[in-house]
Amino acid sequence: MKAVVAENLIKTYNKGSVKALDGLNLDVEEGTVLGVLGPNGAGKTTTVRILATLLAPDSGQATVAGINVLKHPDEVRKIIGLSGQYAAVDETLTGWDNLIMFGRLYHLSAKAAKERAVELLEQFSLTESAKRPIRTYSGGMRRRLDLAASLIIKPKVLFLDEPTTGLDPRGRQDMWGVIDELVKGGVTLLLTTQYLEEADHLADEIAVIDHGKVIARGTSDTLKKQVGGERLEIVVESQHLAAAKEIVAKISGSAINIDEGLRQISAPVTTGSKALIEAAKLLDEKGIHPLDIGLKRPSLDDVFLSLTGHVAEEKTEEVVDPKPKRGGR
Amino acid sequence: MNAISDALIITKRQLLQLARVPEVLIFSTIQPIMFVLLFRYVFGGSIDTGQPGGYVQLLMPGIFVQTVAFTLAATAVGLAADMQKGLIDRFRSLPISRSAVVFGRTLGDGVLNIVVLAAMGITGFVVGWRPSSGPIKITLGFLFLFLFGFAMSWVGVLIGLAVKDERVAQNATFIAVFPLTFLSNAFAPTTGMPKPLQYVAEWNPVSTMVAGCRQLFGLQNEFGATAGSFPSDNPLLMSLIYMVIIMAIFIPLSIRKYSNAANK
Repeated sequence: MKAVVAENLIKTYNKGSVKALDGLNLDVEEGTVLGVLGPNGAGKTTTVRILATLLAPDSGQATVAGINVLKHPDEVRKIIGLSGQYAAVDETLTGWDNLIMFGRLYHLSAKAAKERAVELLEQFSLTESAKRPIRTYSGGMRRRLDLAASLIIKPKVLFLDEPTTGLDPRGRQDMWGVIDELVKGGVTLLLTTQYLEEADHLADEIAVIDHGKVIARGTSDTLKKQVGGERLEIVVESQHLAAAKEIVAKISGSAINIDEGLRQISAPVTTGSKALIEAAKLLDEKGIHPLDIGLKRPSLDDVFLSLTGHVAEEKTEEVVDPKPKRGGR
Repeated sequence: MNAISDALIITKRQLLQLARVPEVLIFSTIQPIMFVLLFRYVFGGSIDTGQPGGYVQLLMPGIFVQTVAFTLAATAVGLAADMQKGLIDRFRSLPISRSAVVFGRTLGDGVLNIVVLAAMGITGFVVGWRPSSGPIKITLGFLFLFLFGFAMSWVGVLIGLAVKDERVAQNATFIAVFPLTFLSNAFAPTTGMPKPLQYVAEWNPVSTMVAGCRQLFGLQNEFGATAGSFPSDNPLLMSLIYMVIIMAIFIPLSIRKYSNAANK
């Protein structure tokens, strides 16, 4: 069963001059995580905003848990959670105040709202900061509280729009841990990210989008295979380069690349770890001790580059983001 | 009704904010009090009103109306900040009535007005303001002020949601409201103005409100210019008409704007 379906979504801004979505198709299988990966302005936020009932597309259809987003937005709002790029909680109020307010707005009774707030604060390690105003929170804490607020009703489908943008590495790690836990709990999750590593880590499947369209779709492994398989990489002392090359030739046989500066030999292999063990054995027999040896799979950066012809982070063409950005001025 | 209870939750949020940051309430009360004292003692001596009790009797209704007119700014700034911080997006993703957030906000600003009006009234009393019309009319006067603030608040909703930036909202509303309150009979007689401005001042809702409140607080319709014009003869009726018009236009527009808040 598909928990989220988007069909041929088109959305333009500024009277059609900026095309944010250009026939976007997406679906997310129930209980899985789809990572929507793309550079700034690719249409990620617009997609999430349409699916979360905040924005109407110019054309196209979308359903969440089988409910038509455009025809029955109120029904959809009862079963989704949304956590945006910027922590959308009331900074003047405490974490506790916020969770109670949102709980009450989800029409929980006063008692149920309190119980849920206690649970969520515990789950997100915020119990000790519950009575402090949000403005005293760190970026990571804010983001966790924002996420907690989107989970008050235990949503069937959760949308996370760039959940770690702007966080320091520590905050990002924490957030990943929190999201991992949620996913274990069985929530259907659609998350957007510009971090290739993040999609790789969190998502079951990845949809790469660019210029408002999905340009590739699959597991991180499938996508990586599209750009080529694994490579064996060996670094040795300069005097052993020639001997090592002969060994690699026996295992791989094709297109061996030697970088004399890095003292590195690399070649595509098809047998995975078997090739690695074989190479190590042969090197050892010759008395060569490699400085480094390993199998390298192509990174998602390589994937993006090969799919779009440009690097994700260095995209120059900015599409106007419909969402006002805080602190971006 | 969920629509009403949802709105009250939003109102409660605003009151909680005041409890968490009491400085906001303190300063939004000090400012009008300061105005009362400044006008009373700086201008009061040099304006001859011919009114028993002096300038302060005329000043207080004027300054009350000015203060509630600025509710427009408070509402606009509050909503623009919520837009800017993405809170409106979150509210819009919740299964709540489309009117709850804006209605709750205008109600919250109304509650704040009650506190501020009370503080100003007490200050006025201390410096010599003596409304002479009896408790019923005085209460009615404050009710009028509350309603006018509420109506102005709805104009602020639309502005706040449209500009989406706290500082822009602050500047835009100040530019709109400041002349409105001064191009009126609130602080000085309109008879001293150039003729065309006199007409503007006479039809200005701030003037009709001020004149109406002066009546309700037991004064003659002072500071109105040419007697015999409809607004200066019927200030209360005219004020009521203005409020109905403002709300009839801005409440539906604001709710529509909220529903489409990001569909630019």
